[in-house]
Order: sequence, then C-alpha cells, then structure tokens
Amino acid sequence: MTVQPFHRSQADMVPERAAPVTTVGVIGWLRTNLFSSWINAAFTLIALYLLWLIVPALIDWAFVNADIAGDNRFACKSSGACWAWVDQRIDQFLYGFYTAEQTWRVDVAVLLLIPALAPLLFEGVPFARQLRWFSLAYPVVASFLLVGGIGLEGVPTDQFGGFMLNLTVGLAGIVLSLPIGILLALGRRSRLPIIRMLCIGFIEIVRGVPLITLLFVSNIILPIFLPPDVTVDSLIRVIVMVTAFASAYMAEVIRGGLQAIPRGQYEAAQALGLRYWQSMGLIVLPQALKISIPGIVNTFIGLFKDTTLVIIIGLFDILGIGNAMVAHPDWQGLSTEAYVFIALFFFVACFSMSRYSIHLEKRLDTERRY
Amino acid sequence: MAQNASARLTGRPGWQRLWSDERTRGLIYQLLVVLGLALVVAFIVSNTIANLQRAGLASGFGFLFDQAFFDINQRLIEYSSTSTFGRALIVGMLNTVLVSAMGIVAATAIGFVAGILRLSPNFLLSRMVGAYVEITRNVPLLLQIIFWWVLLSGLPKVRDSLSIGDSVFLSNRGVRLPAPLFEPGFEWVAGAALAGIVAAVFVARWARRRQEISGQRFPVGWAGLALIAGLPVLVYLSAGSPLAWDVPEPTRFNFRGGFNVTPELVALWIALSTYTGAFISEIVRAGILSVSKGQTEAAGALGLRPGQTMRLVVIPQALRVIIPPLTSQYLNLTKNSSLAIAIGYQDLVSIGGTILNQSGQALEVVGIWMVVYLGLSLLTSMFMNWYNRKIALVER
Repeated sequence: MTVQPFHRSQADMVPERAAPVTTVGVIGWLRTNLFSSWINAAFTLIALYLLWLIVPALIDWAFVNADIAGDNRFACKSSGACWAWVDQRIDQFLYGFYTAEQTWRVDVAVLLLIPALAPLLFEGVPFARQLRWFSLAYPVVASFLLVGGIGLEGVPTDQFGGFMLNLTVGLAGIVLSLPIGILLALGRRSRLPIIRMLCIGFIEIVRGVPLITLLFVSNIILPIFLPPDVTVDSLIRVIVMVTAFASAYMAEVIRGGLQAIPRGQYEAAQALGLRYWQSMGLIVLPQALKISIPGIVNTFIGLFKDTTLVIIIGLFDILGIGNAMVAHPDWQGLSTEAYVFIALFFFVACFSMSRYSIHLEKRLDTERRY
Repeated sequence: MAQNASARLTGRPGWQRLWSDERTRGLIYQLLVVLGLALVVAFIVSNTIANLQRAGLASGFGFLFDQAFFDINQRLIEYSSTSTFGRALIVGMLNTVLVSAMGIVAATAIGFVAGILRLSPNFLLSRMVGAYVEITRNVPLLLQIIFWWVLLSGLPKVRDSLSIGDSVFLSNRGVRLPAPLFEPGFEWVAGAALAGIVAAVFVARWARRRQEISGQRFPVGWAGLALIAGLPVLVYLSAGSPLAWDVPEPTRFNFRGGFNVTPELVALWIALSTYTGAFISEIVRAGILSVSKGQTEAAGALGLRPGQTMRLVVIPQALRVIIPPLTSQYLNLTKNSSLAIAIGYQDLVSIGGTILNQSGQALEVVGIWMVVYLGLSLLTSMFMNWYNRKIALVER
C-alpha cells in the first residue's frame, strides 16, 4: 500500500477569484452604505426624494431664476431671488455707517488679521517669531485704524455697523474673554475663600441670566451707577458685557480642563519648587487648555453669534442693516434674500472655526498611539 | 531641610518673614480684594442714590401695584390693560415658561432623533442630518428667529388661510386650533386619566420587581397604554362623550371660535427647538459613541434584538454621558427664549422692558429679571440633577 503524499502541487491551486461585484467598487459601496437593509433602502429613497425636492428648487431660486440687476425690487421680474440690492447695499452690510472715504481702514484692519492670526493658528509660517510680536500688537493697531487718532481722521464708534461691527465686538470679546476666563477658572479653584466665592458668584450669576438682560444693564443701569457727567462709549459697553458673558462660560470650560489634570501634576510642580503662577503657567494650564480646546472654540463661536444681539440695544450690526433694508420701500419683502445672505457670513466664520478646532485637536493629540 | 528653611526665614526682617508665609500672603491678598470691592460698591451706591434723587425716583417695589396701561395679546392668565404691573410681569414669566417648556420637549425629540440618525450607516441620511446640524448650529439664533417669524408673517391672509381638514388654519395671524369645550361629566374622564397614570406606575413597579425575582417579563408597555389611554376612553364613551370642539371658522378679517397660537410663539418655538435640537443631537451622538462596542456585541451575544440592545443596553449607559450637557442646553434654551423681544413675543424680558420704559424703575425690573432667570435655572438644574442621580451608575 502506497501512502499518498499529503500535499498538493502548485498546479492544483485554485486560482484566486475576484471579490464578488456586490462587495467592491461602486455597487459594493452602494450596498453597504445605502441599501444594507430594507429599512435603509427606504430611508435612502426618502432622502433622495427630499433632495430632489429641495436642491433643484434652491438652485433655481438662488441662481437660475434670480435677478441681479436693478434699482429697486420692482426691477426684479423673475420668480427667483432678487439680488439686485447687493450691489447698492453691500457697503452698508459690510461697513455700516462708517465714513465712505475711510472704509479702506477697515479693509486694512481685516487684511492685517491674516499676518496676525497665521503664526498663532498654523505651524510652519515663515517669520513666525517676529509675526507673534505683531499678533500681540494687533489689537492696538486695529483699534487705531478703526477709531482713528494720531494722524488719522477720527471715526466715532456710533458709525460702526454692519459685519464690521460684528467682527469688532466678536474679536474683542474673543481676545479678552480667554484670559479673563482662565483667571476666573483659577479663582474658582483657589484656596483663598473670598476670591473663590467672588469668582463662583460672578460665574453663576452671569451664566444664570440671558445676555440680553446684561446688555440692558449696560444700557440702563450703568448710567445710574456712574456719576452723571461720566458716559461710557456704547461700543465699549457692549464689548464689556459680551466679554463678561463669554468669560463666565469660558471659566467653566477651563475648569473642566483643570479638573481633568491628575493631582500628581500639581504635586510634581510643587515638588519642583515652582511657585503658584509658574506651576499653573508651565505645567497645569498647557495641559488643561489643550483638553478644553473644543469647549473654548465653541464658546468663541457662541460669542460671535451673540454679537447679533447688539441690535436689541439699538446698534446696527449686519442683521440690523438687513432688517432696515427689508423695511425700506425699495426692497420691502426681500427678507429671505437678506437673511440668507447674512447667514452665509456667519456660517462661513463659525463653520471654519469649528473645523479649525477639530484640526487643532488632532494636531495636539499627543496621546495617540499607533 | 525644614530647619534650614526656618533658619533662613528667621534671618530675614519681620515683614519679609510674613510675606513668605503662604497663609499671611493669602490673607493680605484677600484683604486687598475686599477693600477694593468695598470701594467700588461704595462708589456705585453713592452714585445711585444721588442719581435716583436727581431723577426723583422712589426705589422699591411699590410700582408693581400700579396700573399697567398696555395690552398683552399672548397670555395664559386673565389680563387686561387695567391690571397691575405685577400681574403683567407674571403673564410675561408664564409666557417665558410656556415657550421654554414647549421648546425643551420639541428640542429633545429633534435632538434624539437627529443624533441617532446621524450615526446611521446610511450615508445619505447621516450626511443630510449633518447638514441640518451644521447649518442651524453655525447661524445666529436671533437671525433664525426673525427668519421664521418673517416667513410665518408671509402666510396668506385669514380669508385664504391654509387649512388642515377644515379645523386647523394657518394664516398670517398664526395657527388657529379648535378649542376644547368641556361639558359636565368631563371631570370623570380627567379623573380616569389620572387614575390610569397612577395605576400604570404601580404596574411598572410591580413588573420590575417580578422580573428581578423571577426573570419573567411583563408587557409593561401595552398594559400602560391600556391603563393610560384605554381607561379614559372607556369612561369618556360611557359618560356620553362630554367634550365638544369649538372649531374655528374663517371670516373676512378674523376667525370666529377656536383658539389662536400667535405667529410669534410659533416662530420662536420652531427656531428655539431646531437650534437647540441641533446641539442636543451632537450631545446624543457623543453619548452613544461613548458606549463601547463590546456592550452592543455582548447584548447581541445574549440574544437581544437591535431595538432591545439600543433601549436596554446602549441608551441607559449613554444617558449618563448625555444628561449633564443636556441640562445646560435646556438652560440655554430658556435663556435664549428672551430673544423673543426681537419679534414682539411678550415674554418676561419684553414686558419688563415695557414696564421699565413706563415706570422708570430700572433697578427693580432688572433685579426681577435676574431673580426669575436664576430661579428657573435653579429649578431646571435641580430637576435634572435628581434625574441624573436616578440613572447614575450604581457602583459597588
């Protein structure tokens, strides 16, 4: 009896077959992503139907059937959107009542934002070290450009308006609320009881009431609290209130980050002989702020959206200008166009902030292990 | 080491030794802060007294009993222009509570549905929900409120109002709904509904205890439905249907009958609930993602169906992550309802503003605002903290 060798020769091998068409390529993708079950297929069909209803109608309205030229709403004859006002009103939407000959100053201030922000936001920017000094100086440079003063014609702040007002209040609030929020968060965890109680009181009261009431306070209560001959610029009042509001939220976000830092880090810093501010600045805060990035950016986004509330105390930001235009006889009833236009500004600003925060989280994620 | 340090300290002059002591230093810092604060407060108080005297205003809450000469078209309790300022404020507070409560319910529903759908394996569906979330989250709420309000004001006039089954009417005056007319005998139906709810709670408790002891399940859902819905219906029918509907009828300029929901309330409600719903959906999504996949797999290995897995295993664990941020969203919604002032929905801030203009009692009105909002915040957080404790992980 001969023993059969227990192996098969190479020639016997079954040739490798291609994966079934239903699992790879376009069909495979469709099957796993859109038609994996009956319910999913039904959802897909409903979603497709909705898209078919919405998207063509939207494109039709915004572009295909839209009017872009004309002096008033009667010039818009087609069924779609009427964008004729953009040409006439864009300056107001952007600059408010800022003196027309001086709007270049706003443009310059916005352009200077690029070199001021680039070294803070991105890595590998040339001359980053020198530019950081410029970033530090930017708030002063920008306020000088916008308000005027030495050598530049002064522009009273009640001429600020449009998107430029949103940017001014938003950026000032962002720049101020982060450091104040950090101080409040540290104060809330301080070992000194009076400082701790003051911080808790401030944070909880400010977080407990709507921003509108704070704006009313700045408008109505502040004059009662101050001597009759002292008046505070309304723009500064708004910035102070928006900052106070955002920094209370910021403090809570950062407190969350501080609480997530293990006790050992505080103790190690003390063991190294670091003083309070050294141990916070060099050891604790860098870690705590990193964890808090999503919350911090969300607070920034919230603050920027909240800048529209200034219309309630009578300032004309971009939304106020839009409301005024919609009420004007020439453009009455073009509210959808105006609000969609304004929404785009905020969407671009806020969406890019949230995308940037996701990017930053990934970049700073040192915990990643491969 | 310690001896060394104290030796070094004792070698220094007295003030330096004091300054090197952490406790003394802390005391000095706090003393300075208190001193500074006292100065600021004294400055403010003296200015306030002087300013109020100059304006001839009497401070105090006596003005609450003065007559308010304005109307409020959206009200839950009796009010007319001969009522007092105090009553007007209560009407405003109730309006705030009304729109907040409606918004919280709708936003929670929208948020949970959108959060779960966004995790769906269906590419198209998750992207569409994603688009909704990103658009609503990144556009100012005030803009959305005004947008919805303008949209609703653009509805046809009463004469050509859109109707749903000739009983609900949509027009530029808002939504007109049939009003229920309670006839004698209806109190029995209400009583039956109450009894049904109480009985359902007891059945649910009993069923849980039985399941814990014997492992046998009881169809709590069906029994509860029968008790809560079935019982009142039975009583309703046997009492001879003591409920009629006052169906609105469009006339030339306005409706006859029914009750009206103002466009302001509807716009505010839609905007608040879609806006907050988008935030809640992100919270729900993060909560569900925080439950490890092993839990789902273990539930599958135990033979639970996907729906059961979600309901009995994933959601209870996700809720622990969801509840705390959900609470702050509820608080945000309540505070955001104050944006009502932009479209003329008469909430606490709006009515307070009117009173402030009429009476000049700025300090008092602002004080009332703060107290009411802080109180509402406190109530909401207390309720949510209670709920959170209830569902918290019971550890050994």
